[in-house]
Amino acid sequence: MAEPLLSVRNLSARYGDFQALFGVSFDLPAGHVLALIGANGAGKSTLLKTIVGLLPCAPGMILHRGEGIGGMAPDRIARRGIALAPEGRRLFRSLSVEENLVIGGERGRAGPWSLDSLYRLFPILREKRHAPSTSLSGGQQQMVAIARALMSNPEILLLDEVSLGLAPVVIRDVYAALPAIVATGVSVVLVEQDVTRALGVAHSFICLQEGRISLAGAPGAFTRAQITAAYFGT
Amino acid sequence: MEILNALIQGVLLGGLYALFAAGLSLIFGVMRLVNIAHGDLIVLSAYLALVVVQATGLHPFVAALAVVPLMALTGYVLQRVLLNPTLGRDLLSPLLVTFGLSIIIQNALLTHFTADSRRLAAGPIETASLGIGGGLSIGLLPLAMFLAAVAVIVALEFVFSRTSLGRAFRATSDDAEIAQLMGLDRRHVYAMAMALSAAIIAIAGVFLAVRTNFDPSTGPLRLIFGFEAVIIGGLGSLWGTLAGGVVLGVAQALGAQIDPGYQVLAGHIVFFLILVVRPRGLFPRMD
Amino acid sequence: MAPHVKIERGTRTSRIAGRLALVLLAALAAAPWWTGRANLRLLGEFYTFVALASLWNLLAGYAGLVSVGQQAFVGFGGYVLFAAAMFYGVPPLLAIVLAGVVGALIALPMAPLLFRLHGAYFAIGTWVAAEVFRLSFAQVSVLGGGSGTSLPARLVTGIAATRDQRDMLLYWCALALGLGTVAMIYALLRSRAGLALAAIRDSEIASESLGIDIFRTKLAIYVATAAVTSMVGALIFLQKLRISPDAAFSVNDWTAYVIFIVVIGGIGTIEGPIVGAIVFFLLRETLADLGTIYLVILGMVAIAVMLKAPRGLWGSFSHRTGIVLFPLRRRVVHPDAR
Repeated sequence: MAEPLLSVRNLSARYGDFQALFGVSFDLPAGHVLALIGANGAGKSTLLKTIVGLLPCAPGMILHRGEGIGGMAPDRIARRGIALAPEGRRLFRSLSVEENLVIGGERGRAGPWSLDSLYRLFPILREKRHAPSTSLSGGQQQMVAIARALMSNPEILLLDEVSLGLAPVVIRDVYAALPAIVATGVSVVLVEQDVTRALGVAHSFICLQEGRISLAGAPGAFTRAQITAAYFGT
Repeated sequence: MEILNALIQGVLLGGLYALFAAGLSLIFGVMRLVNIAHGDLIVLSAYLALVVVQATGLHPFVAALAVVPLMALTGYVLQRVLLNPTLGRDLLSPLLVTFGLSIIIQNALLTHFTADSRRLAAGPIETASLGIGGGLSIGLLPLAMFLAAVAVIVALEFVFSRTSLGRAFRATSDDAEIAQLMGLDRRHVYAMAMALSAAIIAIAGVFLAVRTNFDPSTGPLRLIFGFEAVIIGGLGSLWGTLAGGVVLGVAQALGAQIDPGYQVLAGHIVFFLILVVRPRGLFPRMD
Repeated sequence: MAPHVKIERGTRTSRIAGRLALVLLAALAAAPWWTGRANLRLLGEFYTFVALASLWNLLAGYAGLVSVGQQAFVGFGGYVLFAAAMFYGVPPLLAIVLAGVVGALIALPMAPLLFRLHGAYFAIGTWVAAEVFRLSFAQVSVLGGGSGTSLPARLVTGIAATRDQRDMLLYWCALALGLGTVAMIYALLRSRAGLALAAIRDSEIASESLGIDIFRTKLAIYVATAAVTSMVGALIFLQKLRISPDAAFSVNDWTAYVIFIVVIGGIGTIEGPIVGAIVFFLLRETLADLGTIYLVILGMVAIAVMLKAPRGLWGSFSHRTGIVLFPLRRRVVHPDAR
């Protein structure tokens, strides 16, 4: 069996004094879309932050291509090809739209994504390329955040709360880009409040409940009631 | 007429103060660090220039070509070894470490060079001046200092707005956590900012050395002048620091007209006056 | 039924230490009878540094006001004493108290101005203010201008007739001021104001929502610190009998060393400044022959402590052993748990 691209092994992590994850394990194969669902405070964002190195953990708890990267410096993890579009977008406010994209790609790898291809993916960004990133609408800012992460041509793309605070029609626009992104072969971990939408695009899913995996598998393998139970912990 | 001449002197002196201020403003902008040893590093550069000039017989301005990279390297190492470990803690750690550094530099210089005041001879440029009519004249050396300050600020603006390093500075200043996810090593970015600051410190130090007498205890006052220029100009604005330097220089020159003892005092008083009327400075940019 | 508990602050160690401290104090108060003039002077100087360090610790460690301009008040207090004694015939010991009052009055308008600067910029702002004091006093020719002045002999003998008596009197003043300062700070931190300070230190926003007036709390601390610092300054220059702007407003003597003392001893603890002052004087007395190198070493020690043990000597010791001599924390005690 081929080695998984990313492997999380018995990961426990704390957020300050608060233990947020307990013994979480899963594999992410290449080219796979994994949805991470769970209620607020279930540990989804903590998991993503730990993977990109913003929160500490033991080296062996996270393996990238078989090598332990847990607790590695975030910039080194980023250069290995793991990119995050963080919750709340967090664009660089003193950088223009284009500068936000350029800085995303400067220390990245070679690949299909460039300013030009991303402007084709999100045409509105070409129009706004010289605007300050703060002047954009929420949906446009989300596109910049995703594009900024893609600029480094990652092999693993982590998307945190992509649709948070966006109007449904805008969410549809953002999600419309997902198939083109997945088609380039990148693996995606998707954190999403909207369970139906997340399960609709994912090959498999993990449901977190109070820091533990309560359910995992392919979306079609469970009934709606089973997923709801795993989500809310009834 | 004398007043007008003093005014011109003051404006040009402002260039030197802008040089003191630019490095201070730069590192505050990138990492919110206030370097108490800033003035002592300026004096250290002046002594470095002295050593280079004495060893090689070069003109001070040529010696600067050696002092600038040396200081930049010093700044880089200083940041990596002593200052990076203090960042992200409280306000006190970086303040105290740079305060300690200030005492160390002053006393190390004192041990090595004694308390005698020194000066670098720059040759004919020291006394040369341009007549601009009406009995007024502009000293060539002060003019060179002013132009150097303008050039440094133009260069800094270019670095910040057009280069990859400048983007890294701005991104790290905006959101240091996310900047790391762009593959940026925060420790390196901060060290580069300090290196750049130290390079400007070196330029300021060489000009200080040819303009006036210096001894190991003269650093803190340079820090204060730079700080006043930054606050008068408005935090975070590079051109503001030039304006701040000019306001400070003019205040001091006019104060000196009243009584030489009032020169520095007049600058301090204008600083506090501006703090009363415009607490955010003349050209504020940063929150 | 309400559980039977009581709120306590004292610990067993603190009570034992309290008794030992009384013995030590009695010994120190009797020092004029068991030691010579040189040691008496050294001890007197030590007490003034304990006072300055405790005051700076209150300002920076508890109120978050990191000042590097406290020399403004040290020098100002000294000058007030000299001026009051020389021009108005105020007895020098009374002038120490007067220096405190005038120090508070001058700090009151300074604070709102300086509070416009934040963090490290506040720090340098206080330094500029001290420079204004230094340059201004250098312009006052009746006080000797830039070269300073000595206290006239008739005023010196007015304190006490013989030199021995003067030394004793000034020694007790220093002891009283040092002790009084520490006691005042301890009492302050145990009061409601101390609770407010702790709340502000934890979270300014939360404490504001609890109805704590941050500006007024900080203002009060700043002014009180200025008053006592001025008194200490007055005593320091009464000990020296001579004052000049450079000595009075020296950033190194009255701020840099004081900060090093607090940091080495342990910021944010009452014991820290005392421990730091002991270390500072031990270092100074053993390394004084090295001259300026001693100051280089002092700077390095301070940096090393800040980087490796930011709690300071006492803070690290207390953290490891749980020993606290001046307990501030309120503890809920269950009688049956004893």
